[in-house]
Amino acid sequence: MSGQPSRRAPAARFSPSSGLASLLGWFSSSRRKYGGELWILTAGALIIALIVVMTVFPRAFTRYSPVDQDAGGQMTPPSRAHIMGTDNLSRDVWARVVYGAQTILGVALAAALVSALIGIPLGLLSGFAGGIFDRVLSLIMDSMYSFPGLILAIAFAAMLGPGVINITLAVAVVYIPTYFRLVRGQTLSIKEEVYVEAARAIGARRSTILGRYVFPNVIATVVVILSLNIADAIMTEAALSYIGLGLPAGIPDWGMDLSMGKKFLPSGVWWMITFPGLMIMLLALGFTMLGEGLAEVLNPRLLER
Amino acid sequence: MRHLLSYIVTRLLLAVPMIFIMLTLIFVVLRIMPGDPVSAMLGGHAPQKVIDQKKLELGLNKPIAVQYVRYLGQLLRFDLGESMIFKQKVSQPIIEKLPATIELTLFGLLVSLAIGIPLGAYAAQRRRTGRDYAARLYANVAYCIPVFWMGLMLQLVFGVWLGWFPIAGRTGARVDVSAFGRTGFYIIDTLRAGKVAAFADVMWHLALPAITLGVVLSGIFVRLTRANMLDVLKSDYILAARARGIPERRVVYSHGLRNALIPVVTMLGLQFSLLLAGAILTESTFSWPGMGRLLLERIYLRDYPVIQGVIIVYTLFVSVVSLLVDLLYAAIDPRVKY
Repeated sequence: MSGQPSRRAPAARFSPSSGLASLLGWFSSSRRKYGGELWILTAGALIIALIVVMTVFPRAFTRYSPVDQDAGGQMTPPSRAHIMGTDNLSRDVWARVVYGAQTILGVALAAALVSALIGIPLGLLSGFAGGIFDRVLSLIMDSMYSFPGLILAIAFAAMLGPGVINITLAVAVVYIPTYFRLVRGQTLSIKEEVYVEAARAIGARRSTILGRYVFPNVIATVVVILSLNIADAIMTEAALSYIGLGLPAGIPDWGMDLSMGKKFLPSGVWWMITFPGLMIMLLALGFTMLGEGLAEVLNPRLLER
Repeated sequence: MRHLLSYIVTRLLLAVPMIFIMLTLIFVVLRIMPGDPVSAMLGGHAPQKVIDQKKLELGLNKPIAVQYVRYLGQLLRFDLGESMIFKQKVSQPIIEKLPATIELTLFGLLVSLAIGIPLGAYAAQRRRTGRDYAARLYANVAYCIPVFWMGLMLQLVFGVWLGWFPIAGRTGARVDVSAFGRTGFYIIDTLRAGKVAAFADVMWHLALPAITLGVVLSGIFVRLTRANMLDVLKSDYILAARARGIPERRVVYSHGLRNALIPVVTMLGLQFSLLLAGAILTESTFSWPGMGRLLLERIYLRDYPVIQGVIIVYTLFVSVVSLLVDLLYAAIDPRVKY
């Protein structure tokens, strides 16, 4: 694709309607071609869709409030009235699961977006500009990348203190290098493509080349990474609030509920830890499957290693 | 041999900028954090005079840049400094806790390799069959299980319900390895002292945390092994081996897997930082007295020097492992020379 001479940079134009039409056409035509991969994509999308619906219409799923400390008895096992039981403060566990989805999904999406918004431009600039700027930035990003991300997130979360925006930033910091490295690598190779050379030859400005030729070609891979990254961010958010660095009390959150449930685990209160954890896994799984399915479709070689 | 040595030295020197960058980041982050060790130690009720006096003692009243240069000078003398909260050198709690973390991560890694490699190879051999999809589903699910939740569930089932395994600590109350051990590695200490019962107790305590960490990481190894196996199985020497009539099983697991493992080994270094992150959460779930718990404890106390020391040790740990991985790579792949 990229090697062919073309007047316009590939993938520079995209309209939603034509995109949808081609997606539907693709869906029916490539079922045989992709088989299992398509199934993975669909399953992932379904899981995500279900949880998104849950965050938008929580009242349709539960009649209890997640903060109502008088929903039922204290730590009662699952029953008909409380399908996932109640916790130590007599709150309905299912209600906390439903409302907790808003917190974790919001934080993970926002964090992934923030790190993409910082990492992508930096990667583009660094790869495109080269020189000492590129060297220094790459060194910093590589160091951050090879360092255990959770420790960074812990340090930032501890620094910023509890709060929804703060935990989002703490999670976002971890994933900036992921986008940076990916986009920088892609930029380096796209920079050498014939169509970029052609653009340069007709005197296009650097900003034009970067914005209209390099960026659109980088973005396809970013979509895949974004999806996988959200899955990771979900688990990092849960981990931070599990160790007590995430959110102020009062906001329903799966990670926080797990650390609460942990205290009552020795006495066999299984329902407080089972359900929130299951949801974290399910949500992360949804995004991982979506990402893998997308990767298989958009760029089959991307995830092979 | 001389080449190898110079390679090792160069690689270790390359770790210096990484340590420097992480350290600077953490140093600045810590000092602009609200809260400081003095208020954490004295609580909110101490008179201002006492607080100022204590800050002066610890050098916290100086500008950050001055504190930073002073700290770097200290590091150049291989001195991590002293805790701001307790009367102890920074190196003391680190030396105490590091073996626990190493034991946990090492066994976690072993468990994940023991699950991941055979399953990945098997999935590749049965490509696009139901079993392949099952193995890949396992890989995805395992990767998406939050480590701490895995720990909690294992605690619930095997600790609380079945009562087979302990759910906290490195040893039972009656076993005190520090009484006769010197290295801090309980497995080594108990074996060297010849105390079989104590050794069994240590392994018994290690089981659930190691399985927790191992299962969660095994997903990645299933995926890596499978992808590399698929590449290898397409190559000419596999075709040649099949043509010579070598049994399929030997072709796959002896000729194929060996070569597929080389890239898996190179990825080991990167996976290691995931392993360390997972270890922090596992330690916190299993009350495992390791570096992760030390870090969390001291973050609450704002004990700057210890936090910095722990970060340095983690960074060194990552660098040393990635060096070891590279050396291992050379050892198993004769084409690589340094």
